[in-house]
Order: sequence, then structure tokens, then C-alpha cells
Amino acid sequence: MKILVSVKRVVDYNVKVRVKSDGSGVDIANVKMSMNPFDEIAVEEAVRLKEKGVVTEVIAVSCGVAQCQETLRTAMAIGADRGILVETNEELQPLAVAKLLKALIEKEQPGLVILGKQAIDDDCNQTGQMLAALADLPQATFASKVEIAGDKVNVTREVDGGLETLALNIPAVITTDLRLNEPRYVTLPNIMKAKKKQLDTFKPEELGVDVAPRIKTLKVSEPPKRGAGVKVPDAATLIDKLKNEAKVI
Amino acid sequence: MTALVIADHDNASIKSATLNTVTAAKACVGDVHVLVAGENAAAAAAAAAQIAGVAKVIHADGASLKHGLAENIAAQVLAIAGNYSHILFPATAGGKNVAPRVAAKLDVAQISDITKVDGPDTFERPIYAGNAIATVQSGDATKVITVRGTGFDAASATGGAAAVETVAAVADSGKSSFVGSEIVKSDRPELTAAKIIVSGGRALGSEEKFKEVITPLADKLGAAIGASRAAVDAGYAPNDLQVGQTGKIVAPQLYIACGISGAIQHLAGMKDSKVIVAINKDPEAPIFSVADYGLEADLFAAVPEMTAII
Repeated sequence: MKILVSVKRVVDYNVKVRVKSDGSGVDIANVKMSMNPFDEIAVEEAVRLKEKGVVTEVIAVSCGVAQCQETLRTAMAIGADRGILVETNEELQPLAVAKLLKALIEKEQPGLVILGKQAIDDDCNQTGQMLAALADLPQATFASKVEIAGDKVNVTREVDGGLETLALNIPAVITTDLRLNEPRYVTLPNIMKAKKKQLDTFKPEELGVDVAPRIKTLKVSEPPKRGAGVKVPDAATLIDKLKNEAKVI
Repeated sequence: MTALVIADHDNASIKSATLNTVTAAKACVGDVHVLVAGENAAAAAAAAAQIAGVAKVIHADGASLKHGLAENIAAQVLAIAGNYSHILFPATAGGKNVAPRVAAKLDVAQISDITKVDGPDTFERPIYAGNAIATVQSGDATKVITVRGTGFDAASATGGAAAVETVAAVADSGKSSFVGSEIVKSDRPELTAAKIIVSGGRALGSEEKFKEVITPLADKLGAAIGASRAAVDAGYAPNDLQVGQTGKIVAPQLYIACGISGAIQHLAGMKDSKVIVAINKDPEAPIFSVADYGLEADLFAAVPEMTAII
């Protein structure tokens, strides 16, 4: 069984982005870019399933600009066997990415597709569910445990108030939550090895997908700033302020 | 033009996030219908009919809808989607799970986590963990939306008298099934609906200390308990208490952060709280930059002292 994992190149999670003064977006020129943290968890999970012997091949996919190759090399350094880049300079929204991934599912026929639950740039949390719908596959989002059992996969999910477990028929789509695993550090030898792994490139047109954005960003602005607060000397003063000044207790 | 709100419910009652979603729906268009899809959910449907401003409740009842499986709930929504210009889900675990399936099947984009409605097709939503606010316009015929509860006031749970229309439940997809769940039963208010939240960070040091220090203060205040990602990752608190970009987004009247340094991912989840209190030993902790009241102190002394005084 093959696994397809999708990886997105995003602004590194440690970078505090700045809104451009003309309101056209956030300034990402010269900032550090990394693999979306949830996608790293997805790659790690796929590689672990391969190491357990239940999966034969892990294919990493990234959609976007040419530099997404670096993200794919990182996925291959973690242990993905090969990479596919769907290259375009067009702004890609989740629906378009889901359509691209669906076209690749038809080509590669994976048993599982694992994606991060959300990307930390647009915070959409859509692509996995959209892919599952378009491909008519069952889905388990926000996974904290994945176990393959014959022709089914049991997935424990993080839901409001606790956990729930679903059994999905394979093929299926899974999106990862934070606590599914802790991704390994990539080692230099594995980075070197990853450079030699196969990486194929397609254009969206070759996959027959129209990626034109459906949502227009009119402007991007700074969130409202909170006014500076005060420091209080002790717990008693704090309680007094909360009772008599803020009146919240 | 009519908006459809997909209720978040437990078959017996409506979850509060539904009320905020109704308010967002009313800001989009005048008429609001609510779909209650569940099993033996007549009580939830009756509660939905009481929500002020709801014109009609559509109640679908059947075994296929019992556990809220995304495949079946999405099919139920799609069965009636043609009647609506806007389809809104609360941005809860359930809503986030189902909404994109509906959008994809309708071949429309989804607008996630809106915090403001600027017009029937124009919305504001946070991006980059709330470090920027995007104003976006949808060109699609149907707007599929998830609503961040903290951005909208709750509609009144009473005062409405909507008619309840029953529709047939969809058949089970046969592709997924519910195995079991571990839902923590608690008398505390829900994290996303609580008026006061006491939240603990890595400085607590252990699960025992987390309980010993945080719980009594929360009990005294009738508060919900939250945690930073660091505290959850360290095993001091369960996953579903995590407040932040990828956990719960909260905006209570009072948020008390104990031993939380204030990573941007955490601030993203709580900076819209009305009053923020930070208790931290480190004067340089970023949490102080968003706090209305900062107490630079050892939390192991300060928090029990607060508990004693209140």
C-alpha cells in the first residue's frame, strides 16, 4: 500500500509576520520558510507506517512555487521515498489544492492520504476534508492515533471534550493533530540521500485542474492592539483590582 | 436569500457556539434556518426553535446521524443546500470537520473562522495565528463559512418560536463507522463558553501541581480550565484544554494566565479576552505585553494566595 502525504511551504512558525503598510498582504520577502508543522507530523506518521512494514511507499506532494522542492527534499530526508511537485506561481487556495491532490490520487492510487490539519499561514483547515469529499473517501480529521487493521484504518481523533475513534474503509484521508507523533530530526546523511531521490514535476494544466482563486483578498490589516496594562505588586491588590476596577469577579 | 446554520448539539441540547453562529448568519442575510441533524434529537431541535431570530428549524433524525460522521452530516447538508445562499457552521471540532466537505461538493471555496461580516460576500478572518486580519470577498454562488464564536455575540437562546420541519435522514455512507469515545464529563463551564478561564503553563512543572494550584482557583471562580501547548505537550493537562492557534480560541470576560510565557501561538487563542491577568516570575515574559494586570511573582505562592482571598 502506498501513502500520499502533502506538504506545504509556509513562513516558519517562529517568525512573527508583519503586515505590509499598503495593506496588500503580509511581508514574506526574506523570511525563513519551513514545512508546515502539521505536515511534518503527517510525513513522520507515513514513514513510521512504512517502517512498521504495513506500507510500501511514501510519496510526498507539494503544490506551489519552484522552491517547494526544498520542502519536498525535507520530506524525503524524513523518509519519504519520492516527491511530486505541482508547480505554479498562482496563489493556491484549499479547493484548488484538493483538486490537484485528487488528480494525483487517481494517478497513484494510494491506500491512505495523510495531510496536516491546517496550515499555519492561512489557518484554513480545509484541504483534507475537501480532498476526501472530491474523491468520495472517508475522512478522519485531527488524528492523534492511526492504526491500520486489514482493510480498515482506526483513527483516534481529538474532538471537543475528549477523543473519539472511527474505523474507516481504506482508501481514506487522515489529517494530523499535534500529538499524533513527534517528528524526528533529519540527519545530514539523510539530507544527502534525499537529494538523490526521484522528484517529478507537473503543471496544474497537465493534471487538468483549474486553480484560479475563488476568494479575493481585499486587504490585510494589523489586528487591534491591546493597550498597555499595569503591574500590580501582590495577589491582594490584583484581586482588589479585578473586583473593584475591572469588575469581572 | 436565506442562511442555513448547522447546529452543534448533543441531541439533547444546543451547544452555545450555535448561538454565535446564528448572529453571524443574521449579519449575512435576513432569514436564518437551523439544521439539527442527529439521532433522537427532538429536544435539540425544540431548543433550536427557541433561538431568537431563527425562522425555521429543519430536523433530520436517524441512526446515520448519531455520531456526527462527516460523510453523513455533509450529505444531509447537501440534500438541502440548494435552498440557501449562505451555509454557516460553528468553528468547533464538528463544524470544521464537515464544512469543507460541503464546500468541495458544491465546488465553492470555504471562508474559515470569520470574525466579522462586512457584507453578504465580504468577511474578515484572522490569518497567521491572528497576527493579521484578512478582509476577503467570495465570488461563489453559495458561501460556505465557519464562524469563530468569539467574534460574534450569542443570539438569545429563548424568545424564538420557529416551526420545526422534519426531513428524512440520509443513508449511511458505509465508508466509516464510530468505534468509541472518551469524553470527559465535567461540571465546569465549556472552555469556549466560559466567562472566566484559569489557564496554566509549563511553569506548573507537573500534572499534580497543575491540579493542586490551578483547580482550586478555578473552582472558587466557577471558571473553566485552560492550558498552554507546552503544558499539554508535557502531559500536565489533557489535549482538549489547549488554548491557542491550533487549540481552542477563547474570549472570556477574564483570562488568568499562570506560568504561561505567551508564545504567539498561545496569544492567538486568548488575546481577545476582555480582561487578561498574567502571573509570571519572568518580567520579560511576552504575556505581560497583552495583560491588563501583570503580577510578577512565583505562581506557587501567588495563586494559592488569590484562591484564599477570593
